Amino acid sequence: MNARDRILAKLRAAAPATAGDQPDVAGWYVTHRSVETGAEKAARFRHFIELAHAEVYAVPRGGWLQKLYEVLSAKAIASLLVAPGTPHGLRAREGLVELGIACPGYDRPVEEWKAELFTDTPAAFTVARAAIAETGTLILWPDADEPRLMSLVPPVHIVLLDAGRIYNTFFEAQQAEGWAEGLPTNALLISGPSKTADIQQTLAYGAHGPKELVVLMIGEE
Amino acid sequence: MNAPQTLNFMPSEGFRARSKAVVENPFLRKSFRGAMDFLTAKRAAQFPDVEELESLRTLGERIRQYNLAKLPELLERLEINLTRNGIKVHWAETPDEANAIILGICKAHAAKLMVKGKSMVSEEIELNHAAEAAGIGALESDMGEYIVQLAGEKPSHIIMPAIHKTKEEIARLFAEKVPGVAYTDNVDELIQIGRQVLREKFREADIGLSGVNFAIAETGTLCLVENEGNGRMSTTVPPVHIAVTGIEKIVEKLEHVPPLYSLLTRSATGQNISTYFNMISGPRKPVEKDGPTEVHLVLLDNGRTQAYADDQLRKTLQCIRCGACMNHCPVYARIGGHAYGTTYPGPIGKIVSPHMLGLEATATLPTASSLCGACGEVCPVKIPIPDLLMRLREESFSAPRANPAMRGQGAGYNATISAIWRAWAAVYRSPRLYRLATWLGSRFNGLTPSRQGGWTSVRVPLKPAPKRLRDLVKERQ
Repeated sequence: MNARDRILAKLRAAAPATAGDQPDVAGWYVTHRSVETGAEKAARFRHFIELAHAEVYAVPRGGWLQKLYEVLSAKAIASLLVAPGTPHGLRAREGLVELGIACPGYDRPVEEWKAELFTDTPAAFTVARAAIAETGTLILWPDADEPRLMSLVPPVHIVLLDAGRIYNTFFEAQQAEGWAEGLPTNALLISGPSKTADIQQTLAYGAHGPKELVVLMIGEE
Repeated sequence: MNAPQTLNFMPSEGFRARSKAVVENPFLRKSFRGAMDFLTAKRAAQFPDVEELESLRTLGERIRQYNLAKLPELLERLEINLTRNGIKVHWAETPDEANAIILGICKAHAAKLMVKGKSMVSEEIELNHAAEAAGIGALESDMGEYIVQLAGEKPSHIIMPAIHKTKEEIARLFAEKVPGVAYTDNVDELIQIGRQVLREKFREADIGLSGVNFAIAETGTLCLVENEGNGRMSTTVPPVHIAVTGIEKIVEKLEHVPPLYSLLTRSATGQNISTYFNMISGPRKPVEKDGPTEVHLVLLDNGRTQAYADDQLRKTLQCIRCGACMNHCPVYARIGGHAYGTTYPGPIGKIVSPHMLGLEATATLPTASSLCGACGEVCPVKIPIPDLLMRLREESFSAPRANPAMRGQGAGYNATISAIWRAWAAVYRSPRLYRLATWLGSRFNGLTPSRQGGWTSVRVPLKPAPKRLRDLVKERQ
């Protein structure tokens, strides 16, 4: 017998006869978390992610590009990493390049440009798949077009969120979207810029990931 | 090169001396007291509604017990689904086996540098020593872990590893150990120094190592909870990711995760959620542009099957490693994490370490408790820690039995002391014996020894009164 078989044999010999009923997770959420309107969810999302030090701007559907430009100008950022394979990434590139902002794309494997990504990429722009009001949380599913490190390595991460995609809770998000049927290689919840309190319980931002997190929240028109 | 440090050290030995040293150090006392008060208050602020807290704890307990009851089946299902997702699963019964598996993967990739996200299991198996002995650099990247590694120490808290250090100490440490760094005790500057050093290392590293907070059987997913982003760096930038975890950290369903995750962050640091929740369900696909091309999971037993085999001791495995029990423990707050001498300190350490190290090495740890019950009251998954401490005391100090439930049962047994207590019990059960014993005691009280073991180390000797209460009452009648 190998280690696997020995461990499993010991556990099987001792396992209780029955595990009982499935824990009633859905029941707990029904009785302990209210279902809010879109406006309430947007307000709650905003409240909590701002507490976690993120900047949030409400923008009309047609106005996010303008706000994106304003945010970059205010932060004196002249180069923005985009995902040209996505509609929002392409639109950002088309709109910003003519305004003088360089928009390199994440268009090759990280091994080919690691140094540049780590040292010469001040900001990145991605979309959020959805969000969670209860905790002020963005949900990102990075993919081939918009890879994982876009939301981690550049010091400023700007996220486009459709306020209509805000769920009440993490539980509701995974149920509504059927996550149990299949998850991508990497799925992320992000609830603010990177932080640590490991030195004398003093909160400091920009530990290893982005120092700043900016959310452009598209409201209903 | 140092030989790998094996786990045959004896945390019980020297425990009193280490505790005394901390208790007599006002700076450490202040560090721990301040940190514990801070964390206790932050947790309380997260649970303003007592009914909500209680119902969520009950749900958390139910989820953990349900999943433990199905553990063997879930481990197999996890293995099948991880394998389907392209993650390679390894099994280790002992720390040495786990290290051999991890270092084997490193060698297959001719790895020079392993960068580590926070993993208490990697501390449990002493991976850093084993890696060093094999000529592989193992660098901690969690800020707290990085600090204690620079100082040549071990974490003193499972969530906040450098909680025992002041910022001035860390400032001196950085100035001394990090090339080209001048003394600064500005926390933001110190964190930026760590960030710069470690960002270089994330890029260079051949292997990224992490722990696991929850492994989801139905989807074949590894979940990591963190604030800093070093966990994401370690699991995304290097070409190979190795995760290591205890076999108990499994849930059957994705829907089991939200309640446990909420309990974890609120209980641990008083945050409504952590900055990152990282769900990994496979290595980089051919079309993807980043992420590791290889992902491994090492499942470690190391005494967990022993705890599993007993209905009461199995509850130890419900733990989600939030650290709330230590934050609320009056003993931990006074002696800190290092005094225990075990990877996991505090109340959870006292009930989990005996399964990992045997009671021979840990017999006295369960006695370092006033049984005030705070740990059991705050535990987010309702582990009855005080009951388990009582059980472990019994296992340690009772006479050795055949087929014991625990390795090292009876390790603390002392025949003389045991005989004294048996005699005491007999005397107190029988009125005649009691009268005789108290009569002898009062008449011959001059014979009581002046040195009475531990009692007289800080107290005057016990001496029966010349007249019993019974005698005094008689005189007044």
